Amino acid sequence: MKHNFYKITQMKIFWPLVALAVLLLLNLFLLPGFFSIQIKDGHLFGSVIDILNRVMPLLIISLGMTMVIAKEGIDISVGSVLAISGALAAAMMEHTSVWVALLAAVGVGIICGLWNGVLVSVFEIQPMVATLILLTVGRGIAQLITGGQILSIDNSVYQYLGSGFLLGLPFPIFIGAAIFLIMMYLKKRTAMGLFLESIGNNMTASKFAGIQPKKMIILVYTICGVCAAIAGIIVSANVSSADANNAGLWIELDAILAVVIGGTSMRGGRYFLGGTIVGAFFIQTLSTTIYSVGINPQIVMVVKAIVVILVCLFQSQEFRKLFLKFTKKKVSFS
Amino acid sequence: MKSLPFSIKENHIFIVATTALILLLYGYGSFSFTGFSSTQVILNLFIDNAYLIIVATGLAFVIITGGIDLSVGALVAFVSMVSASLLEQGVNAYIVILVTLLIGIIFGAFQGYMIDRFDLHPWIVTLAGMFLARGASFLISTDSIVITNETYSSISRAKVYILGDSYVSIGAIVAIMVVIIAIYMAKFSKFGRNVYAIGGNVKSAKLMGLPVKRTIILVYTLSGFCASLGGLVFTFYMLSGYGLHLLGMEMDAIAACVIGGILLTGGFGYLIGPLLGVLSMGIIQTLIMFQGTLSSWWTKIAVGFLLFLFILLQRLIVMRRGRRKVIRLEKQNPSLPVPSQPVSGDFK
Repeated sequence: MKHNFYKITQMKIFWPLVALAVLLLLNLFLLPGFFSIQIKDGHLFGSVIDILNRVMPLLIISLGMTMVIAKEGIDISVGSVLAISGALAAAMMEHTSVWVALLAAVGVGIICGLWNGVLVSVFEIQPMVATLILLTVGRGIAQLITGGQILSIDNSVYQYLGSGFLLGLPFPIFIGAAIFLIMMYLKKRTAMGLFLESIGNNMTASKFAGIQPKKMIILVYTICGVCAAIAGIIVSANVSSADANNAGLWIELDAILAVVIGGTSMRGGRYFLGGTIVGAFFIQTLSTTIYSVGINPQIVMVVKAIVVILVCLFQSQEFRKLFLKFTKKKVSFS
Repeated sequence: MKSLPFSIKENHIFIVATTALILLLYGYGSFSFTGFSSTQVILNLFIDNAYLIIVATGLAFVIITGGIDLSVGALVAFVSMVSASLLEQGVNAYIVILVTLLIGIIFGAFQGYMIDRFDLHPWIVTLAGMFLARGASFLISTDSIVITNETYSSISRAKVYILGDSYVSIGAIVAIMVVIIAIYMAKFSKFGRNVYAIGGNVKSAKLMGLPVKRTIILVYTLSGFCASLGGLVFTFYMLSGYGLHLLGMEMDAIAACVIGGILLTGGFGYLIGPLLGVLSMGIIQTLIMFQGTLSSWWTKIAVGFLLFLFILLQRLIVMRRGRRKVIRLEKQNPSLPVPSQPVSGDFK
């Protein structure tokens, strides 16, 4: 029994889940109506549904980011890619059909991802630096597309992607679920997951084992770019406008946070898509809780900071040792 | 190269390239726009970017050890907010200055301690520091606070005349002093050598018996101090405190370091670099301002493009070095990847 419990606590997803559970429990006591779900016009409404809906852009980006971090990389340009794709879709929609605009938005994500991937793999530039370029340029390009204005979107199909309902649930949830399933499939049913983890663990060794890291790196960054572009479509569709300046501001940091909370190490290696999802939910639940409790929204950042530090401390070997000292003594005496 | 009367050392190539770029842009500017070539325009570069020079110089030390500090921009905003609110309550200006500098030191030391003691990734810790500093400044107030304190405004207005009519602000002088001290520290102090050694290889630095732990904490402390000093200079410059000041400034500081030739993998770079990087970014901004028809977002695109060029240059040089090493070792697989960056704490 004890052994089993120990085993569970050692699982990477355990601590994030505990944190999320604590947060939800807190909500149960602080906010009486938190878990109630109402049905209006066949649509479900409620705080939980709201969280599910709002977390999607972050969740999708975090999933892409998980892959990148798994190969010991990082992509800090996702916020800019998100802004570009939203801006491009909004600008294209004025002239062409929705589908072309959607394709273009995803296409620009692919291009951005390829750019990052080529810089990292072919030129062997440090991932953070390579993506820093697109981070700086990206917002400029997005502003170039929108002409420095906030473009409004007036298209029912496009808006449906961000704020429509399917089977009573907000449509973005289905997009997020689909992407999660695809990524799970890639990880579990194809060799990609294995290759990725091996590259993240030891690049040289996997190269000698016959894996082609360059192709994998380009692929991973492209996936991340596409995820960012899809998130951009959802964000812009949800608010029916494309804002080059503020859309997805700091989402890259939130995404990295979600991945790290989820148990994937920044040093690469094994990656946990489920953990990332828990991490993303945790961040969004935290924000929603703070908003609905009625604390000044600006405090979100302070709370986030403290939570990040705490979660990271619990993941740190050194910090655990501090506590293990006590527990170990007990075990040896008993 | 040897046929030239002077030869450029490979180590100096970034400094030379950045300087050449600044001269080129300046030459272009003074050729095409009237009034661009006046001394005041150059001095304005220092005045407008004094805070960025200070912050980037402090950040450079962190980057040379192979770490990163994302909290600097938020810390600058926090310092501006703290000084504005303290001054509003009528606290003595000099005490305020002391308090803000202390805040930076404590903040930086705390981040360094977390990174070193618990083996956390500098990205995450300083990211949390960034959220903390931004959030804390909103806790003080969500609005912008204007500073009316006499001492502050007199420092802000002070002009130090050099070369006839042209002047610099106190902030610019502080910035230059910081750069000079930083160059001295990097080149001639024990601390500076430790920093380079850790950036080169943490493991060997530790085996050599260098005080790795102390140096890492000190480096982040220094970065925090520079950020708060930069914040102070920025407060003099703006005379207001606001939690949204300088959003994303940490990326500008990192970009300045990269353009100034500081390798983000650590272990290499000259402390004059950040200054040159800031100046070249500033001169682009000035050019676009003088040009008049281009919108401000072109600055971002131009700086990004510049960043790309310099990063590529860095890469090419590092690759060349790697190849040379490989040739020396003989018959090694030439496509062996260059070892990835040493992460602080890797040695445990």
